[in-house]
Amino acid sequence: MKEILMIMFSVILVDNFVLTKFLGICPFLGVSKKLDSAVGMSGAVIFVMVLATIVTYPIYIYILEPSGLKYLQTIVFILVIASLVQLVEISLKKYIPALHRSLGVFLPLITTNCAVLGVTILNIDENYTYIQSIFNALGAGIGFLLAMVIFAGVRQKIEYCNVPATFKGIPSILIAASIVSVSFMGFSGVVDGIFK
Amino acid sequence: MQQYFLPIIIVIIIGFLAGTILTLASKFMAVKVNETVVKVKEILPGANCGACGYAGCEDYAVALANDPTIKPNLCTPGGSSVALAISNALGIEFEAVAGKTAVVKCSGTYAKTNYVMDYRGLQSCAANKMFYRGRGACDYSCIGYGDCVDACEYDAIKIEGGVAVVDNDKCVGCGLCAKRCPNNLIDIVPGSNFVYVGCSSNEKGAVTKDKCTIGCIGCKKCEKICKFDAIHVINNLAVIDYDKCKNCKMCINECPVGVIKFNN
Repeated sequence: MKEILMIMFSVILVDNFVLTKFLGICPFLGVSKKLDSAVGMSGAVIFVMVLATIVTYPIYIYILEPSGLKYLQTIVFILVIASLVQLVEISLKKYIPALHRSLGVFLPLITTNCAVLGVTILNIDENYTYIQSIFNALGAGIGFLLAMVIFAGVRQKIEYCNVPATFKGIPSILIAASIVSVSFMGFSGVVDGIFK
Repeated sequence: MQQYFLPIIIVIIIGFLAGTILTLASKFMAVKVNETVVKVKEILPGANCGACGYAGCEDYAVALANDPTIKPNLCTPGGSSVALAISNALGIEFEAVAGKTAVVKCSGTYAKTNYVMDYRGLQSCAANKMFYRGRGACDYSCIGYGDCVDACEYDAIKIEGGVAVVDNDKCVGCGLCAKRCPNNLIDIVPGSNFVYVGCSSNEKGAVTKDKCTIGCIGCKKCEKICKFDAIHVINNLAVIDYDKCKNCKMCINECPVGVIKFNN
């Protein structure tokens, strides 16, 4: 139990996928304009991350590793993730059309979202057990949600600011993203402190 | 040989499984797309301005496809050509689009209304209104920082002498500016030739007169002279009922402050 909590805390705060590992920057900058679409996107990412881990972990452990085909990891994982995203898109279109419309082009983009591929590969690299992997994926997704929500708030503040013409638009947003990222450095060591 | 074939077989099997699941899912969770909606949506301009009264072009298309009693001529930006195309596509009777125009109900330019502050903050009507209730003496006056100019997608409104002015040739009556104006000064009225009251002040005549030389003082002279019962003073402000107004212009000549005007 303690270990799972430790994994979750460290992946949400200390090793935040977006702000510390710099994975999944595309949706981070693309969908963080509005809070509700940011939350919707993060929900989709959490779902896909957990589902991808549930599916890819056994594939790696029971198929790829015993047959010595570790090098197939990336291509097989991408194949699985792509079809999972497609599945999520089809079901969203059917059951939550409003969310489907507001996510727009970013939903297919989860396919190539390195955060999802990243979490599945890192689970294997860190030698987590199956349960630990699932919670690691859940934590990574929640960390993504946290980063998105914080950044959506920051962006709303930027909208009302008088930014110099040179920095208008994306430059100011990238600078803001870097400052938010630096602020997350303050969490390093927090987990060791909590679970001493 | 195994080291070559095994990876190929594994990838093929996984791909095949994923493909099968996806095919089944798309069969079971298929969403029926109404073809008329798609057709109508292609005809509509896609500006999502909301002039038709629906949330966007798609909503209007859905409403048109599902309910034959909805008129196809609600899209003022698209004009008669769009209305004709929609009525052809749906097989319903064509009606010409009743043109709409935005009109700014304030005439208080620099010369006519006093400014009570030298505002240096964020140059936006909304911000000025929020913090200081407007920079003019009159609470109902045009603030003049051009939030409506930013909102307009057709370049049809501009600030002249501190008051927003609509360019009738460019205005399509979509109402985006009317939604943005923090003082609700902009009205959408039918047609391009109409009489309008260039003031929104609900204050009593004497108060309005102190603040602005061209504000409606609610004297009711227009109400008395109108033969069609089309203009009434409500809350110290003359309001025209466009269903009754015949554009006879009697009230224009009668108005002592000259706030009733004709738009052409």
